[in-house]
Order: sequence, then structure tokens, then C-alpha cells
Amino acid sequence: MKHILSALVLNKPGVLAHVAGMFAARAFNIDSLAVGRTDDPTLSRITIVVIGDDKVVEQVRKQLGKIVSVVKVQDFVGQDVVTRDLMLINIACPIEKRPEIASLIEMFNGKVVDIAQRIVTVEIAGPESKIEAFIEACRPYGIKGMARTGTVALARQPRPSAEF
Amino acid sequence: MEKTATDNANGMVYKPGSQVMVDMLLEQGVDTMFGYLGGVVLPFFDKLYDAPINFIIPRHEQGGCHMADAYARATGKVGVVVATSGPGATNLTTGLATAMMDSIPLVAITGQVRTDLIGNDAFQEADTTGITRPITKHNVIIKDPAELARAFREAFYIAQTGRPGPVLIDVPVNMQVARCPVPPKSEITLPGYKIRTQGHSRQITNATQAINESQRPVLYVGGGVIISGASDALRQLAQKANIPVTMTLMGLGAYDQTRPESLDMLGMHGAAYANYAVQKCDLLISVGARFDDRVTGSLETFAPHAKIIHIDLDPSSISKNVTVDIPVVGDARQVLEAMVELVEYRPRKEWFEQIAEWKAKYPFRYDRNADVIKPQYVIEELYRQTNGDALICTGVGQHQMWTAQFYKFKRPRQLITSGGLGTMGFGLPASIGAKLGCPDQTVIDIDGDSSFNMTMNELGTAVMYNLPIKVCLLNNGFMGMVRQWQQLFYGRRYAHSSLKNPDFVRLAEAFGAVGLCVDKKEQVPEAIEKMLKETRPIVVDFHVDPEENVWPMVPTGKSLHEMDGLDIFEMA
Ligand SMILES: Cc1ncc(C[n+]2csc(CCOP(=O)(O)OP(=O)(O)O)c2C)c(N)n1
Repeated sequence: MKHILSALVLNKPGVLAHVAGMFAARAFNIDSLAVGRTDDPTLSRITIVVIGDDKVVEQVRKQLGKIVSVVKVQDFVGQDVVTRDLMLINIACPIEKRPEIASLIEMFNGKVVDIAQRIVTVEIAGPESKIEAFIEACRPYGIKGMARTGTVALARQPRPSAEF
Repeated sequence: MEKTATDNANGMVYKPGSQVMVDMLLEQGVDTMFGYLGGVVLPFFDKLYDAPINFIIPRHEQGGCHMADAYARATGKVGVVVATSGPGATNLTTGLATAMMDSIPLVAITGQVRTDLIGNDAFQEADTTGITRPITKHNVIIKDPAELARAFREAFYIAQTGRPGPVLIDVPVNMQVARCPVPPKSEITLPGYKIRTQGHSRQITNATQAINESQRPVLYVGGGVIISGASDALRQLAQKANIPVTMTLMGLGAYDQTRPESLDMLGMHGAAYANYAVQKCDLLISVGARFDDRVTGSLETFAPHAKIIHIDLDPSSISKNVTVDIPVVGDARQVLEAMVELVEYRPRKEWFEQIAEWKAKYPFRYDRNADVIKPQYVIEELYRQTNGDALICTGVGQHQMWTAQFYKFKRPRQLITSGGLGTMGFGLPASIGAKLGCPDQTVIDIDGDSSFNMTMNELGTAVMYNLPIKVCLLNNGFMGMVRQWQQLFYGRRYAHSSLKNPDFVRLAEAFGAVGLCVDKKEQVPEAIEKMLKETRPIVVDFHVDPEENVWPMVPTGKSLHEMDGLDIFEMA
């Protein structure tokens, strides 16, 4: 089962290496890992997607918590969370296919960020399933390269208003 | 370089980094430390020269690290070791990993090349924090003079609180000569570092209730009991509730083995009566132990009838290997003290009768009538002549297991051995560190010939500092433990498992120690007497039966009750 772990860590050199090294040393598999700053300049957030049974993931969570520079770890499984992946993808796009591909991009709420002669670069964000679906939809045209951020996630805060 | 402390406008004291390092050690109460010089620690050593610290130079940084580790194990204080950059730091790694696996509080200080050279493959540069990250509880490199003092205070705090472990501080040489501020000592706040010492009260109630209801409980205790100083509480609990106690290798000494409730060591080479008790118990109360594979045998069939209570400070130990019914995260002493109040006496007559029967039927045994010197006999004789009071260190191998089986430990910190990592070569440097920590105790290194070969250069250290440690060498001419496996599992093909040993007597003498060789059984008592009387460091080379095995043995993958070798001496 897929778990999204979110770790707040001290924004110091070596912390990411420590986290990544711990996964390797304990033979835990990382599906994706994303790191970025937070509103507090002393802290970074590492979002890690791991696949494993509950016992394995529980152990991952505890081992993360043991690293002195890791301030807080949350397992989002079973929680109401917003997750996003961001992808940049180059799609082969001869001029005659442009309209077709443009409508595809629109259907997925993607954004064209660059157009070269025979390639279009698209930015697309969303839950992982959407990204995967878009990749499949693009495949027939030819994918010329892609870069993905990995999942980032935040727990939804309880609030009365509707979801965006 | 600045020589004196100066005050600036806002009253902050500034000193050269090297002086701050020494001041921080003194502030932490360090009076003994171990280490080896090198180019990038010269400023620090220059300041250490005048400090009121007993400084011990090992012959190799690994030895120094084991000494600091054993000093910590023997005293409960934090061990301190220093090494230079590059090869000095890499030589520490075995020692750090050893301390990490056994949760030993250690502060290692390494020198590093100047910050502007880091990453350039400078002379004697190694990525020390990168290399040691998985084998330290925490490590840090100082790149800002303002961080130096705090890093030392935090290192000592992290090393000895929670589940203890080694902490490494890498100090580039330019930081040692930089002007560093020394803020006043204040409480340490580490945002990511929380320790739950008091167990959850409902879990404690659940645990005691399970104990009161249990017909056949067993306490299974490990090194955590010793670390947390929980031995008294453990004794009270075991006696008040009337529960037998078995120990892991790291736990030996946590419970007085001369008491009738002691089931001695369990596990792969543990007592049959301990293993049977675990397999038959209806309640297993684990305290400060971590269900290591050497203890549990096959996990699927481990303690099949038992409800399991697991008391441990480290939440990641709980339900890591076995699924626990009642987890209690907390400090062993605090939790046990709380439990003592709530448990009730139960006679458990049948259970103790059953245990007594196992004990009578399956004691640790060996062929006492053999003509050759049996290694177990040497240990028994040592036990007798020291009244079971000596502080024992060991190497790793058969001799370590025989020590665990045949020396009965009475008090915590009496056995110092590398349990988790199983580091050959630990024994001799450990005995030196232990002797420095406990000068009034008789300190004996029960060692194997191959283990001893790994670090025997430290005899020079023992002689240099007049430390009358005693090396009791159980010399079987083999890497005995692996030879035993080759005999049992590889058709007796002894592939590369013996060394050509030096003449240990002359070796000892060359170092300025005393050497003694014993190859007849009748000489054993007298040799031990001599060894105990000797006031200089001494090596006694006992030529023991080369092909003796450690029994009983649970082969890997088998259940704890499936022990080989129980019937071996029944005819004797
Ligand atoms: C540093 C290191 N290398 C290798 C091993 C693997 N090993 C475990 S026990 C052993 C043999 C130990 O021989 P010795 O010290 O003579 O003790 P004995 O078993 O004969 O009592 C070996 C090689 C180890 N534990 N540590």
C-alpha cells in the first residue's frame, strides 16, 4: 500500500543525505521524494512516498523520527490530504498535430510553457493519477523527455468552505 | 592566534576555538579521554596539553575508540575520543559502529581540513560526517565559529540521553584557531529530539494486569536495563511478582545470576532452560531488549504461547521484529518502578518446578574429565578465584559465548562485550578503557587468539600507562567460532580459519608486560592465581582444546527450543 510520509526537517546540510541513506541502509523503497523550503526558513519539508505494508511503513516512520535533525513525521495514510505532482513533459508535436495536442492539454488543465519546431513542452500539475493518465495519453505522439517533482502533500485543514 | 578571552561590547566571551573545545570538555566533567594526534588537530592538542584531563594515546584510533566506549560502559559516563582527519577518522569507524549497535554514549571529535579546502580532495581529507552518518546517533561539521560551543554541548546531551549512542563532531582546523563566541550555558532545546521516559500509565496498568494474571511469565531483559540503571527495579519486580529472568548477552549483569530466579542467557548459545522457558511461557516481558535474531531464532515460532509486553525507550524497537501485545515506550527504570507498585505475588509453583527440572537436566556442560585444557574450565576457575567479582571484557567468538555461559555476573556493567556488531579485537582496548574507569576493580580480558591478534598492539598502551589489565587468552589456534560453523555446516573444511600465532609470552615481554604460557590442565589454577596477583599487565596464553564447540546451539533458522548439543556430554 502507498503511504505519503511528510517530514519536517532542519534546513541543514547533510539532513537529506541522512534521510536518503537511512532508507537505503534499511532496505526501504522510496517511490518518490520531494524536498523544499517551508514558511520557516530553519525548516524544510521532505515528502516521501513509500510502498509497503503497514508494519514496514510504521518502522520507516519511527526510524525517520529517530534522526535528530528530523523534527516531525506524519503518515498521511487514511487522512484527508491534498497531493500534487508537477511534471514538465516534452511531446513530439509536428505542426499538423498541434490542434489535437492542444485540446488534449486543455482537457488535462495543462499549460504549454515552450514550443520548439517539432516539440511542445507542457507543464501539468495534479494528483499522481492525473499525471499518469496524461503520460499515457501523450504516448502515441512520442514523449521526448520528462521531469517530475514527485508528490508533495499537505493535510487538509478542517474548514467549512468547499474544496478548491 | 588569540591567547586570551576578550569581552566585547555585549559581554560575550570570545576564545580561540581550540580553547573552547577544551573548555566544553571540562564543562561536561571530562577527566579522561583517548586520542591520536595529526596535522589538523594540532591546535586542539596544544590546548589539551595544559588541561586537567588524563589523556591516553592508543596505538591505533580504533583502539582509542574502543577504550572510550568501554570507559563509558564501565562507568556510565560519556567516553571521549579524538582523531585527526582522513585516516584518523576512518580508523574510528569500527569503534563508532560498535558503540552505535550497543547504544553506548560516546563523543568523537575529529579534525578536518580547512573549510575552504573541503571538497577539493585536500591532503588527508575524508568526508567524515558522510562516512559516519549511519554509524553515529548524530554528527555535525562545524563551519561557523558561532556553532562550536553549542555543538559540543548538544553532542554530550544527545550522546547520553534517550537511547544513548556515539555523536561525532568534525572540526575543521581553521575553526580551531578562529575567534569563537562562548555563550553562557543554557538549557538545550533540540526541536526534533523528544524522549518519552515515562511510560503510558494505561499501558503500565495493562502490563501489570497481564503479569498478575499470568501462570508462566518470563522476564527477558537486555542492555537497556543496564543503561537506564534499572537493575534494582528489575530485582524488586522479579522478586515481588515472582518471575524468572533471562538475559541477552548485553543484559548479563542486569540481574544477579547467582540468584535462583536467574535463567541466565537465552538465545543461539543460551541456556536450554532459558530457551525452553521462553518457548513455554504464557507471558514474555521484554525490557530494554530488541528481539535480535541471535536471541529469537526463527521468528515465526518464537515464544508461540506468549502474550508479549515490550518496554523500551526507543519506539522503533517496538514491533520491529515481533508483534507486541502491550508496548510500553519509556525508560526501563521509571516503567519498572511504576510496575513494582502494582504487581502482586503469585506462587507459580508448577512453573518454577518445571524450570527447576530443566535446570537440573540441562545445565551448561563440558567434558570435565578431558585431559586437555577445556576453555570452559579456565573460565570456571577464573570465576572461582575471582569470587565472581572481576570486571570482564571479551573479544568475539567462542570464548565470548563461554564467558557468557560460565562466568556468573552479579552486577550491571560487569561484562563489557561487543554484542550488536560483534567486533573482534574489542577485548584488549576495552579492558584498558574499563581499567581507567574502574581502577579499583580487577579487569580481565577473556580473549580469543584471533581476536587478540587484531588489536594486541594496545598492550603497549597498557604498559605505557601502568594499567595492570589481565589478558586470559583462550588460544585454540583457530578462529574458533567460524571453525565451529565450518565443522558443522561445511563438512569440516577449515577454509582459512587459522593463523600462525606469535609467541605470546615473548610478545608480551617485548611490550614490557608479563607473559605466561599454560598447556597442562594441572597448571591452570596456579597460573590464574599468578595472573590475579600480578601488578603489571599480563598475558596468560592458555593452550586449550583446539576443536571444542559451544553448546547448546540453535542453528540459524531453527526455533529456540530446537537446540543441538544438549545430549553431547550425557555420557560423561
Ligand atoms: C572484525 C571481525 N572480523 C571477522 C569476524 C567474524 N568472526 C566471528 S568470530 C570469529 C573467530 C574468532 O576467533 P577467536 O578470536 O580466536 O575466538 P574463538 O572463537 O576461537 O574463541 C570470526 C572470524 C568478526 N566477528 N569481527
